[in-house]
Amino acid sequence: MPLPDPQLTPALEERAARVSLFRKLLKNPVGLIALIFLGLLVLSAIFAPLLAPSDPNTASLQEVLAPPGGEHPLGADSAGRDVLSRLLFATRFSLAGALLALAVAAVIGVVSGLIAGYFGKWFDSVSSWFAGLLMALPGIVVLLAARAVLGPSMWLSMAIFGVLLSPAFFRLVYASVSAVRNELYVDAARVAGLSDARIIARHILTVVRAPVIIQAAMITGIAIAIQAGLDFLGLGDTTVPSWGSMLNDAFAKIYTNPDLMIWPASAIALTCIALTLLANVMRDELERTAGPVKRRRNRNRDTEAPIVKAAHLSTVGMATISEEERRLALEQPAASEPREIVHPVVVHPDPEDGGRSSTGNPFGEELLSVRNLAVGYDQPDGSIKVVVNDVSLRVRRGEVHGLIGESGSGKTQTAWSVLRLLPDGGRVIDGSISFEGKDLAHATENEMTKLRGAKIAYIPQEPMSNLDASFTIGSQLVEPMRVVLGLGKAEATKRALGLLERVGIPNPQRTFDAYPHEVSGGMAQRVLIAGAISCDPDLLIADEPTTALDVTVQAEVLSLLRELQAELNMGVILVTHNFGVVADLCDRVSVMRAGRIVETGPVRSIFAAPEHEYTKALFAAILEEGEARGELVTAQTEKEGLR
Amino acid sequence: MLRFILRRLASGVVLIVVISTIAFGLLYVGGGDIARRILGQTATAETVAQKTEQLGLNRPLYEQFVDWVSHAVIGDFGTSWFTGQEVIQAISSRVAVTLSLVIGATLISAIVAVLLGVWAARQRGWPDRLVQVISVLGFAIPGFLIALGLVIVFAINLGWFKPTGFVQFATSPSGWLSSITLPVIALAIGGIAGVTQQIRGSVIDALRQDYVRTLRSRGLSANRVIYKHVLRNAGGPALAVLAVQFVGLLGGAVIVEQVFAIPGLGQVAVTATNQGDIPLVMGLVVVTAIIVVVVNLVIDILQGFLNPKVRLS
Repeated sequence: MPLPDPQLTPALEERAARVSLFRKLLKNPVGLIALIFLGLLVLSAIFAPLLAPSDPNTASLQEVLAPPGGEHPLGADSAGRDVLSRLLFATRFSLAGALLALAVAAVIGVVSGLIAGYFGKWFDSVSSWFAGLLMALPGIVVLLAARAVLGPSMWLSMAIFGVLLSPAFFRLVYASVSAVRNELYVDAARVAGLSDARIIARHILTVVRAPVIIQAAMITGIAIAIQAGLDFLGLGDTTVPSWGSMLNDAFAKIYTNPDLMIWPASAIALTCIALTLLANVMRDELERTAGPVKRRRNRNRDTEAPIVKAAHLSTVGMATISEEERRLALEQPAASEPREIVHPVVVHPDPEDGGRSSTGNPFGEELLSVRNLAVGYDQPDGSIKVVVNDVSLRVRRGEVHGLIGESGSGKTQTAWSVLRLLPDGGRVIDGSISFEGKDLAHATENEMTKLRGAKIAYIPQEPMSNLDASFTIGSQLVEPMRVVLGLGKAEATKRALGLLERVGIPNPQRTFDAYPHEVSGGMAQRVLIAGAISCDPDLLIADEPTTALDVTVQAEVLSLLRELQAELNMGVILVTHNFGVVADLCDRVSVMRAGRIVETGPVRSIFAAPEHEYTKALFAAILEEGEARGELVTAQTEKEGLR
Repeated sequence: MLRFILRRLASGVVLIVVISTIAFGLLYVGGGDIARRILGQTATAETVAQKTEQLGLNRPLYEQFVDWVSHAVIGDFGTSWFTGQEVIQAISSRVAVTLSLVIGATLISAIVAVLLGVWAARQRGWPDRLVQVISVLGFAIPGFLIALGLVIVFAINLGWFKPTGFVQFATSPSGWLSSITLPVIALAIGGIAGVTQQIRGSVIDALRQDYVRTLRSRGLSANRVIYKHVLRNAGGPALAVLAVQFVGLLGGAVIVEQVFAIPGLGQVAVTATNQGDIPLVMGLVVVTAIIVVVVNLVIDILQGFLNPKVRLS
C-alpha cells in the first residue's frame, strides 16, 4: 500500500494543506474527471430510490436474463431482477460499506497515531507492534475467519476491515507527528503554555491533514475492492445488492451472458481507478508545492563547498556588474546569461622552452585539448541552460592544469564533460574535446567506456558518497581492473592490495575487506585515488580532491597526489577553489567565473602578475579575510615546500 | 548475521503465537452456540448438548486452548467438523497449489518490475509515463476483476487456455503450466504495479548517487553499474514492498482460485467459512501466519545479504 512520501517536510505539508488542495484538484484535468465521476457516483447512491425503475430485489421468472431495453434498460439478471435498479442500490451499499471501513480505520489510526507520535513512551512501541500484527495476515483471510463466526453481515465485515486498515493511517500520522513533535514551533507553543490538546489541534492536525486525505482516497478504493471480492465469493449478505454479488451472479452465467458482468465490473474498476488517480493527483500537487524548495536544497548541497568568501568576491570582483546580474550570479552562479558582457580571456604566455614540470623535465606531448567548449542543460520548457561557455584549455603529459574559481563557476561541469559523465539532461552543446587525437565531444558511449579508467581517470570530491556502500572496498577496486585490464581475480586482488599500500593505507588487507562505512574519510579518499590510478591512466581529473578532508589529511593527500603524478607522468586537471593547492601542485592555471575562463597561463606568471579583476579579487580574498585558509596554505607550503 | 536471523525468527514465533491466541479466542467465543449452528435450528436440545460434549466445547475455554496448542505444536490441528478429515491433511494437500500460484506470481512480479522499473527510470519521457499509467491501473483494479477479464478474453473468446480446472504437475507438467498461467498473470499484475513504482523510484534515486559516476569513470559500462550496483542498492526498499505484496497476493489468491476453480487453500477457506468449520478455519489462519512469517524471514535474510549495514548491526 503506497504511503505518501514521508520525506515531505512537515512545514511544507502544512503550507500545502492551507492552500486548498481542493482548488488545485479542480485545475488538474485528471483530478477534475475523477472528482466528477465520484460525485456522480455519490449522487446516484443517494438518489437510488428515485432513479431506480423497480425494486432491486424483486425477482421475476418471466424476466430471467431479459435483454436490455423496454422495462429493463440494462436487462435483467439470472433471477429476473432489474440490472439498473440493482446497480444503483449496489452503488449505495458498496460506497456505504467502504465509507464505514474508512471511518473506522481513520478514527483508530489517526487517534492512536497522534497519541503515539505526540506522547511517545510505551504507547509508541505497543501500538507500532500492534500495527505490524494487523498487517501480518492477508485481510481477506481475517475477514473469512470473522465471517465463519459472525455470519454474513456486510457492516460487520467492513468495520473489521477498517480495523485491519487502521495501521495505514497510524503509520502515516505517527511518522508525521514524531517528526514535528520536536520542531521549534511546537516547543515554543509548549513553552507558551498551550495545552497538549490545543497544540495537537492547532499545530499537529494541520500537518497530517493533507496526507490523511490522500490516504483516505486509497483506503476507500481498497475497501471497495475487498468488499466486492467477499461478495463475489458468495460470502456476502444476499439480501443486500452489491457490486460484488452482481458480479457473482453474472459469473455463474459467464458462458451464456458474459455481458452481465460489464456493469458491476466497470463500476468497481472505474471507482477504484478514480480513487487511486485522485490520491495520485493530490500527492503530485503536494509534491509540486514542495518541489522548488527541495530542488533549492539540493543545489545548496552541490555548492556547499567552502569557497573563498563568495560574498566578499562578489562585492569586489563584480563591482562593475549590474545589481540584477549580481543577484543571478549569486543565486545561480552556474548560469551564464547570454546578455552578459564577455571580457576577453587574459592569456599569460608560456615560457620560451614550453615550461618544465616539477621534476624539471620538459612536458610531454599534448594529451587533452578543449576548444570553445559549451555545456548546457535541457530545461523542461525546451530551452537550454548554459553552464559552461567558450572554455578552451590544454593539458600535456606530465602537466598539472589547475581550474580555479568559486563554487558554481563551471569548473566541475568542465571536468565532467571531459569524462562525458554530466548529470541527467546535461550535454556538450558546442566546441570540441580532443584527447590523444580523438574527439570526445562526439564519441559514442561505447568508445567513452573504453577510454574511462584506462586512459582518463577521475578522483571525486566527497570520498564517502563516492564508494558504493553495498560492496566491499576491495571488490570496488577489483571489478574495474578485471573489466578494463582483463585481469583474473587473483591477479586483480594482488594489484589492488599493492595499490592500497602505495596510497599509504597501513593495513591493506583489512581495508580491502572492509565496507566503505568502516573506514575514515581520509582513508576513503586514498581508496578513491588508488581506484583512479589502478589502470594506469594518462590523464587524471581530480575534482577538489581535498575539500572534504580534515586539514592535516589534506596536506598528506596532496603530497600523495604529487608523488603519483610524477611517478606515472600523468597529465592532471585539478579542480579547486584554493590558490594554496594551485601553488602547491599546478604548473598552469585557468581561472573560471560564471562558466567562462577569465585568465589562464603558467602558475608563476599569474601569481606574479594577476591581471583580471576577478583573479585579483581571489588573491585579495585570501590575503584579507581568509585567515584560517591562509594559515592552512602557509602551513602546507612550508611543510611541503614550493618546488 | 546468525544473531540477526535468530532475532527475526524469535519475533516471528511470537507473532504466530499471538495470532493463534487471538484467533482461538475470537473463533471459539464469538461463535455463540456452535453445536446449534452445526446441527441447525431443528435439532433437539438433547442432540445439541450431545454434539457440544462430543466436540469438547463444554470444557472451559482455557482447557480447550491448552488442548489445541498441545496438539498444534506437533502439527495436529484436529479434524474437520463436517468432513471428518484431518485439518492438517486438508490443508497440506492444497497448500502446494496456492503456494505455487503465489510464489510464481511473486517471482514474475519481481522480474517484470525490475525490467519495467529500470526502463522507466533510465529512459524517463514516454516510457516512464507509460509505466506510471500501467502501475496506477494495475494497483487500482482488483485482482479478481483482472482474472475475470483474462478468462473472458484468453479462455472464452480466444480459447488459448481452459477457463477453469487445475492439472497436477505430476499428471502433466505442460497441462499444469497451462492451467496456472492465467491465474498467475492475474495475481502478478497487481504485484508488478506496486513493485515497479518502488524500483523506478529507487533506481532514479540511486542513479543520482555520486558513486555511480565514480564507478563509470573507472570504465564500467552503464548497464553493468545499473544491474550490479544500482539495483543492489535499490533492492532493499523494493524487497520490503515485495514482502507486503506477498501478503496481498496470498489474499488475492483466495479469490482468484475461485474464479479459475483451482483447488487451493482459497477453496478450503471459502467452504470452511460458509460451514463455520472452526477447526479448519483455525488451521488456515495459523498456516497462513506461518507462511507469512517464513516469507518475511526469507526477505529479511535477503535484505541482510544486500545491505552490509543490516547484516552487521
